[in-house]
Amino acid sequence: MFFKFLLRRLMYVIPMLIVTTLIVFSLILIIPGDPALALLGDNATEEKLALLRSQLGLDQPVLIQYWNWLTNAVQGDLGRSLFTGEIVSDAVFSRLGITFQLVVASIVFSFIFGMIFAIGSVIKPNSWMDYISRFMGTIGTAIPNFWLAMLLIVVFSVNLGWLPATGFTSISDNLGGFFQSIILPAICLGAFGAAQITRQLRSSLLEVLESDYIRTAYSKGLLLWPVIWKHALRNSLLPVITTTGLLFGNMLGATVVIETVFAIPGMGQLAVNSILQRDFPMLQGVVLVMVILVLIINFVTDVLYSVLDPRIEIK
Amino acid sequence: MQFRLMFQRLFNEKLAFVSMIFLLLLLFLSLFASWIVPFDPNKQDLTKVMLPPDGTYWFGTDELGRDVFSRVLMGAQAAIQAGVVAILIPLFVGVPLGIISGYLGGIIDDIFMRIVDAILSFPAILLALGITGALGVSLWNAMIAIGIIFTPQFARLARGQTLQVRREPYVEAAKISGAGPLWIMMKHILPNILSPIIVQASFSFSLAILVEASLSFLGMGAQSPQVSWGGMLHQAYSMIFVNPYMMLFPGLAILISVLAGNFFGDGLRVAIDPKMKRS
Amino acid sequence: MRGPNEPVLEVKNLCSYIPTSRGVIKPVNNISFSIGAGEIVALVGESGSGKSVTALSIMGLNSPSIKYEKDSVISFKGENLLKMKKRQMKKIRGNEISMIFQDPMSSLNPLHPIGKQIAEPIQLHQGVSYQKAKEIVVNLLAKVGIPDPENRLNDYPHQLSGGMRQRIMIAMALACNPSLLIADEPTTALDVTIQAQILNVMRDLQKDTGISILIITHDLGVVAEMADRVLVMYCGEIVEEGDVYSLFKNPQHPYTKGLLASVPKLRGASEKLLHTIPGAVPNPLELPKGCNFSGRCSYATEKCLTEAPNLVETGKDRRAACWHIVDLQTEEVTVHA
Repeated sequence: MFFKFLLRRLMYVIPMLIVTTLIVFSLILIIPGDPALALLGDNATEEKLALLRSQLGLDQPVLIQYWNWLTNAVQGDLGRSLFTGEIVSDAVFSRLGITFQLVVASIVFSFIFGMIFAIGSVIKPNSWMDYISRFMGTIGTAIPNFWLAMLLIVVFSVNLGWLPATGFTSISDNLGGFFQSIILPAICLGAFGAAQITRQLRSSLLEVLESDYIRTAYSKGLLLWPVIWKHALRNSLLPVITTTGLLFGNMLGATVVIETVFAIPGMGQLAVNSILQRDFPMLQGVVLVMVILVLIINFVTDVLYSVLDPRIEIK
Repeated sequence: MQFRLMFQRLFNEKLAFVSMIFLLLLLFLSLFASWIVPFDPNKQDLTKVMLPPDGTYWFGTDELGRDVFSRVLMGAQAAIQAGVVAILIPLFVGVPLGIISGYLGGIIDDIFMRIVDAILSFPAILLALGITGALGVSLWNAMIAIGIIFTPQFARLARGQTLQVRREPYVEAAKISGAGPLWIMMKHILPNILSPIIVQASFSFSLAILVEASLSFLGMGAQSPQVSWGGMLHQAYSMIFVNPYMMLFPGLAILISVLAGNFFGDGLRVAIDPKMKRS
Repeated sequence: MRGPNEPVLEVKNLCSYIPTSRGVIKPVNNISFSIGAGEIVALVGESGSGKSVTALSIMGLNSPSIKYEKDSVISFKGENLLKMKKRQMKKIRGNEISMIFQDPMSSLNPLHPIGKQIAEPIQLHQGVSYQKAKEIVVNLLAKVGIPDPENRLNDYPHQLSGGMRQRIMIAMALACNPSLLIADEPTTALDVTIQAQILNVMRDLQKDTGISILIITHDLGVVAEMADRVLVMYCGEIVEEGDVYSLFKNPQHPYTKGLLASVPKLRGASEKLLHTIPGAVPNPLELPKGCNFSGRCSYATEKCLTEAPNLVETGKDRRAACWHIVDLQTEEVTVHA
């Protein structure tokens, strides 16, 4: 029964995959003029241009090009870098782990802070905690993450010398080093998410705390904290699951900025470099893998929501 | 919607009203900054590099001796341009598509919404980056890219609103009296779904400023000699160990502009629909 | 120690107020009453008469914006609930006094299975695990008339009908064998046929356990069905009190009389138009100077407009607050509920 449910949800993902791959592929179509010329520059020789055209399949009809690209991509062949000759899939997957660690750390950060601020805000309306939470919720959605990053680098790296300004240590190499190198990037990447979660959780908590079943919980003899913990929080977190799914995609995109600022060798940095180098197969590879990640996360949050809310029938 | 009444309510939302004044000031700056600035924002003076703020150079000077105050004022231009273009594209492309899709319904609507969903599943900045990369790096292309990534949101919003309005008696009445679909969409549906779209536009405006700044920071937006806040921060980043407070003013400019856009949007939402709670 | 006839609950001079920018509202204005052991008392009145605020005051669950006058006393087994600390009150709520609410649809947490929800007060007050509490829960479910109780424990509220959910609420309220049950409009949200079932369940359980019940309702049918004694509230004050039989037979306050006359009857006067009380409940910020009911009362005289009547003894176990009790008693009143 549950398997069937999963399968039906999965069926929805397939058309999405087709359309997204089409969009990724068509990035090369919107290059104005002759893409080969645009990629190689004006002083490229005619042989080099011809080689690139056949390498990219540009000499074939668009649909054939897409089909070839797609069938190769399904087999894990995303082509080679125009710049270094590296195999695209290898380059992307070697960086996937780093970006994934960064994004997960940021999600964890947003969740912890979002929950602390939202709960702190609702337990005593118009208290200083409430004002701080509302202030954070407002600033967090408006502050440019790279500027926040620079501010934190100045304070914690340049002045205090507590944390490294750049670089990344993988969790599998050195746990202490991982935490040191991940704190600032995770705060900057997660600030927007923390603000979003604070705002949403705050308003849904306020709504839930007004509801009849919370009054019932109090009438059983529960006090404020158990009521929040056992009855209000879970119900209020339900809509936040969907938001978290959306935040994941948002953060994945924002890694292009944060990884550049902190010099983290992840997929975001790869994307920026491949644009600067006009390395199109590489760019397509990064975009494709990121969007597939987003589709997976959306699928997972969708299923998670249905599992956690008993009112949704899994049949 | 009575616009006078709406304006009255907006006035009552003090924060939103102040924000509106600030946004108008930004607009004014973006048009006339080159006449107002005390110094030529690109004029270098290597005898006066990295001066702290004083009576002459209000925000100090950068590593090439340029006046930071003048550059911050000039930077409003790129920000406002990005905000405006990024709203106009979805308004003129996304909204009509959304209305048509919602009004016609059926298979067209299904296919259309799948495409919208698919575009929305791309991380926004990444897609903007990809489009800018393909079109060629320039502020103009960055603005088009931002406009494109905002389009599906507006289309989805317009479609949702159209679905609600489509069954209203006045639309049915117009249909019976023989009005064509184009006429109905223009005269009956569009005016009635405009309010939430305007609110969305003001939020998108501030998001566009943020995305433009990010792209310019990465070197994919405004190119020298055009001044942009994101570009200034890129410079400041390279000087972060030497002269850390260079980052202060352009960053504040972005933050305050984005805040103003958000506050204005919040106020507008309350002004349009007083029953709406403030978020 | 309490004697056998000592009341379980005694409310004395309960006076609550809400300071607002336009003046002070008094949702409950100086009321006193008591509930004896095993007694079923009905608190009757229109919405806004202060009956729910009274109930929530006993539970200590009113919103913090509602304040109490200093000399207000709600004495439960000899202790003043209004002076209790949160930690002490916690031991009373759900354990010694419990409450069921109007809307069973929204009063249960939609994300928790019902077994867990009923077990919660048992776990809380008796410090036992869910596994131990389960047995009690199954018994309770059987008592409130839920068929096949063992297999219902893992059901979620949305899988049950409104009547079933109210039974769950009753089971939950009785889980710790409290001495007082407060039922705030327990049948209002239910279908008529279900209403009778729920009232039966409550009455049977009362007989079994000897619990005292304070039932809050605007429905005189429910009062006639359930109550031993009736308190009638109007604008935050008790205007009449008496045992159900004599009060229905011989209402002493014009408001009570009006309420009884507006109940549709099966027998007799069906050809007559249904009686309605003219006018509307006054604005709580602009209460009349004299009797609160004077604006709507056909007996009102000059005195009623200027001087508020006190609640006075009018007979055996009867109290009323009206200047014209004697005039009313001379009239022939026949009411069947």
